[in-house]
Amino acid sequence: MAVTDRVQPPPPTTKQQTSRDKSVKRLAFSHKVPKWDVKLSPYLYISPFFLLFAVTGLFPLAYTAWVSLHSWNLIGGKGAFTGLENYEFVLAQPFFWNAVGNTFSIFLLSSVPQVVLAIAIAAVLDANLRARTFWRMGVLVPFVVAPVAVGLIFNNLFADQAGLFNEMLTGIGLDPVRWHSDSLASHAAIATMVNFRWTGYNALIFLAAMQAIPRDVYEAATIDGAGRLRQFFSVTVPMLRPTIIFVVITATIGGLQIFDEARVFDQAGLGGADRQWQTLTMYIWELGWGQRNFGRASAVAWLLFLIIVLIAMANFLITRRIATQGGRR
Amino acid sequence: MSSIPMIEQTAGKGAARAAQRGLGTRRRGAPGGTQRRPGFLTYGFLGAVLLGSVFPLWWSFLVGSHDSSVISKGVPLIPGGNFLANASTVLDSIPFWKALGNSIIVSTVTAASVVLFSTLAGFAFAKLRFRGSKGLLVFVIATMAVPTQLGVVPLFIVMAKLGWTGSLWAVIIPGVVTAFGVFWMTQYLRDALPDELIEAVRIDGASMIQAFWYVGLPAARPAAAMLALFTFVATWTNFFWPFIVLDPSNPTLPVALQLLQAAHFVDYSIVLAGAVLSTIPLLILFAVAGRQLVSGIMQGAVKG
Repeated sequence: MAVTDRVQPPPPTTKQQTSRDKSVKRLAFSHKVPKWDVKLSPYLYISPFFLLFAVTGLFPLAYTAWVSLHSWNLIGGKGAFTGLENYEFVLAQPFFWNAVGNTFSIFLLSSVPQVVLAIAIAAVLDANLRARTFWRMGVLVPFVVAPVAVGLIFNNLFADQAGLFNEMLTGIGLDPVRWHSDSLASHAAIATMVNFRWTGYNALIFLAAMQAIPRDVYEAATIDGAGRLRQFFSVTVPMLRPTIIFVVITATIGGLQIFDEARVFDQAGLGGADRQWQTLTMYIWELGWGQRNFGRASAVAWLLFLIIVLIAMANFLITRRIATQGGRR
Repeated sequence: MSSIPMIEQTAGKGAARAAQRGLGTRRRGAPGGTQRRPGFLTYGFLGAVLLGSVFPLWWSFLVGSHDSSVISKGVPLIPGGNFLANASTVLDSIPFWKALGNSIIVSTVTAASVVLFSTLAGFAFAKLRFRGSKGLLVFVIATMAVPTQLGVVPLFIVMAKLGWTGSLWAVIIPGVVTAFGVFWMTQYLRDALPDELIEAVRIDGASMIQAFWYVGLPAARPAAAMLALFTFVATWTNFFWPFIVLDPSNPTLPVALQLLQAAHFVDYSIVLAGAVLSTIPLLILFAVAGRQLVSGIMQGAVKG
């Protein structure tokens, strides 16, 4: 550590008397600090997080399972124990499977293009730019726009009649898209909102990771005769792998719980007349607060929890496999 | 960074150097190892990206500055003169000022408490020796992957039991300390705060909490400022839980915006004027602290 130069040894003979006085004083002072302070303080300092996580994170999740085994009304409260009835009911609902499909569709449409585009933007930002801070700040502007506001703005841009995107499509001789009734089109519109808000943010993460790649790797590649494009695909992208995995995992956890943008895609907020863009979180809301059936809402919440855990585990296994392969090379 | 000299004074040269290392811009050339300036294509691509980032906001202002009769014929690309009229309709249809005040209260209190509790925990994890510290830190990191949003039903039941539904406490309390914050401060303090400094103040007779207050907190200031910023933005833009637990009469801004949409779903000029109004505070924050947001994201990426 570089701190040692700060500690200057006292000049040999001149001030010896005073410094000894001081050290005596210090020693006397330190006896006042009780031992429990040293032992207990760390636990005290970390306790707020653990308490809060237990009360607002862990307990509600566990209690969700309990609620899901009862008939439970928003107003009336707990009813009879019904076992797995809520699950049986929910799993037999076409709207449940519809929501599962919508959630995954929106998730894929938002995460895959987002990661690709973010890496491309990062590569460009990594160049020796003029006014680099300006460009970096520029791509981050959407991050400060609330998802609800993003949803409202894009809802207008994607309007079926006279929306800007449809005007542009008809302008170049294509048919207008029915963004608010066609299922896949609505997913693309909602995914665009997610991409709008997060691509720049992720580009900065990739940019930081790119700048951490040691330069001699590129020098070696240049000597081996690799061009810029080849360097990008053979050096930059493989070196970014851990960051890509990090971004994908965060995107998974957030993306499978998407609610805000889809909720405001029309004024009813239930995901369209035929639930074309109803996500699982929206379905939880509809069951719990729309139909006031907490039991069924909890069953869906718990199922979504299992889905996320499964995918996180799959992610982890794939990651480990990739990591070990990377090591072998 | 103006806080570097401050750290140097309060936490020593080593801390200042460590802080600088964390914050400093790495000057290096293009990946090819050449220093050449990129060409027209690069700037063209970046310009397009920038346009994509800013255009929706500009569009929102365009729509919000005309009245609905103009918009139905196609939105002109020049702002109209109707923004103030639309804005006043917004103020009439939703409790905008109340929502703004609530958003400020909720975001400020949450940011302050996240910083305090996260720095406290980060100080303990990074600098104090105690049994089980490693395992507990791993646990903290693991909780970041837990989708706690799925516990809304019981959380709502608990808040209803406490009589907190509709109150700002219901929104503030679940966010007063985050796993990300603890992790972030632990990472930062590990480098930025020399052990010798804590030992020195301990020998001087400082208690643990005094050591935290006089040495830990000053050393943590740059990272704490960034954590405060991110928490503020995240809390301000949060929708799902406030939407569930707050009443329409006492909303935060995103909740109020959704009410505006429900009230004026045909008239985009008013809805988007509201979207602009609700975004202005964070745009001001961005103008002041956007640089810190950028370097915060980039530091988090390297460490995380």
